[in-house]
Amino acid sequence: MCNVNNKELKVSAIKNGTVIDHIPAENLFKVISILGLENIPNQVTFGTNLESRKLGRKSIIKVADKFFEDAEINKISLVAPQAKLNIIRDYEVVEKRVVNVPDEVVGIVKCFNPKCITNHEPIVTHFAVQSKQPLELKCRYCEKVTTEKQMEIIK
Amino acid sequence: MIKNKSLVSITDFTKDEILRIIELAADFEADPNQRLLEGRIIASLFFEPSTRTRLSFETAINRLGGRVIGFSDANATSTTKGETLKDTIKMVSNYAELIVMRHPLEGAARYASEQSRVPIVNAGDGANQHPSQTLLDMFSMHKTQGRLDNLKIAMVGDLKYGRTVHSLIQAMSHFSPTFYFVAPDELKMPNEYKDFLRAHGIPFEEHRDMNEVIDKVDILYMTRVQKERFSDLLEYQRVKDAYILHNSMLESTRPNLRILHPLPRVNEISTDVDSNPKAYYFKQAENGVYTRMAIIASILGVK
Ligand SMILES: [Zn+2]
Repeated sequence: MCNVNNKELKVSAIKNGTVIDHIPAENLFKVISILGLENIPNQVTFGTNLESRKLGRKSIIKVADKFFEDAEINKISLVAPQAKLNIIRDYEVVEKRVVNVPDEVVGIVKCFNPKCITNHEPIVTHFAVQSKQPLELKCRYCEKVTTEKQMEIIK
Repeated sequence: MIKNKSLVSITDFTKDEILRIIELAADFEADPNQRLLEGRIIASLFFEPSTRTRLSFETAINRLGGRVIGFSDANATSTTKGETLKDTIKMVSNYAELIVMRHPLEGAARYASEQSRVPIVNAGDGANQHPSQTLLDMFSMHKTQGRLDNLKIAMVGDLKYGRTVHSLIQAMSHFSPTFYFVAPDELKMPNEYKDFLRAHGIPFEEHRDMNEVIDKVDILYMTRVQKERFSDLLEYQRVKDAYILHNSMLESTRPNLRILHPLPRVNEISTDVDSNPKAYYFKQAENGVYTRMAIIASILGVK
C-alpha cells in the first residue's frame, strides 16, 4: 500500500473527484477523448509512462469535482479494460470501482468495414457487443464484426 | 406481425413470418392478378443498377396494381450532387408508402429504415443482405420438395463471399436441414457460419468434389466461382472445372433433386443441364415475382 501511495504522489492529490488508474500508457489520450475531458472546465491532471507491474507503462488521470456515471465510465473499457477508479472525497478514497464492457457501444468506435454506410455518411456507429473477451463488436448496419485488433477509436 | 415492418435482413423475419410469405407466394402464383394496391405508390430506389432484381420487384408491384416511382441508377439523381442517403429517404418517404431499395454500401438499408417514415424492403446492400432472394429460394425449395423440414442441401462454389448462401443458412436453420458445402479451399464457408450451425446443432459436411454429395441431396444450390476472388490465378485454373455441373453428373441423383442458382449464371452450369427436369433455376427466378408480391402485400397489410 505504501508503495502505491508513493506512486500516486507523482500526480498531485485532489480533494474531491475521481482518479482513473491503470490506463495503458498508449491509450491515455483516447481515454481523455472518450470522456470528453478536453472540453470540461474541471481541473484535470494526468501522469503517463508510470511504471506498472500489470501494464508495463501506465497512465493515471485525476479529475477534480467529477463523479462519473457507470454508463459514461464504461465507455473507456474499450481502451482501458483494466482501469480502476478511486472516488475521492475530502482526500480520502471512499469507493473503488472497475470498468465493465457495456452490451452496446454507441459512437466511439469506427466500423472496420470500408464498405459500411457509417464510413460514408455522418452516422453515429452502433455495435452490439458479441464477445467481451476478446472484444468483438457487431455493427448494427453492415452486420460485420470489428475485433479488438481492428478497432479504431473515432477522433 | 409483418405489417409495417421493414425487411432489411433475413433475420428480421421469424420462422412463422417466413412460412407466411411462402404461403402467400403460392397464393399469388395460383392467382397472379390480384390488384390489391390499386392507386397506391411504391418507390423503387436503385442506387446501383441491377436490372434483374429491379424488374422482378417492379413486375410484382405492377401485378398488384400499384404504381412505381424512383430511379434505376444513382447517376440520374441528386445523390451524385452530394445529397445524403438520409435526405433522399426522408424525401421519398413523403411520397411513397413503401420503399424498395438497392445500394452499393453495406448497412444502407438498415440506416434507411431508421430514417424512413415508411417500411423499407432491402433489395441488396453491397455484400451484406438480399432477403427477398433468400425468401424466393425457400419458396422454390418448398414448392419442389413439398416441405422445408429435414432437407439435404448441397451448396457449391463460392461459399466465402456468396451472400445468398450465408443468408440461406441462417433462414433454413429453423427447419432442421443437413448441409453439404462444396468449395475450393480459397472459397470455403467462413468459420462464423460454421460456428452458427454448430451452435444450432445443424449437421454439415465440407467437400471439395461435388460428385461426393450429389447423389444424396434434395437441393443442389450452385453459385458462381469468380476468377477475381482468387489470390492465385493458377489455383483458379486448377480448380475451376471442378465446380461446373454437367448433365452427365445427374444420372444417379434422387428423382426429387432440384438445381437452384441465384442467377446470372456464367458457365458453372453447363447448358446441357437446362433441359433436364431437375433444372429449376429459370422457374426459381419467376418465383421471385410471386415472393416479392407476397412481401409487399403483407408489409402493406393488404393480404
Ligand atoms: Zn458497419
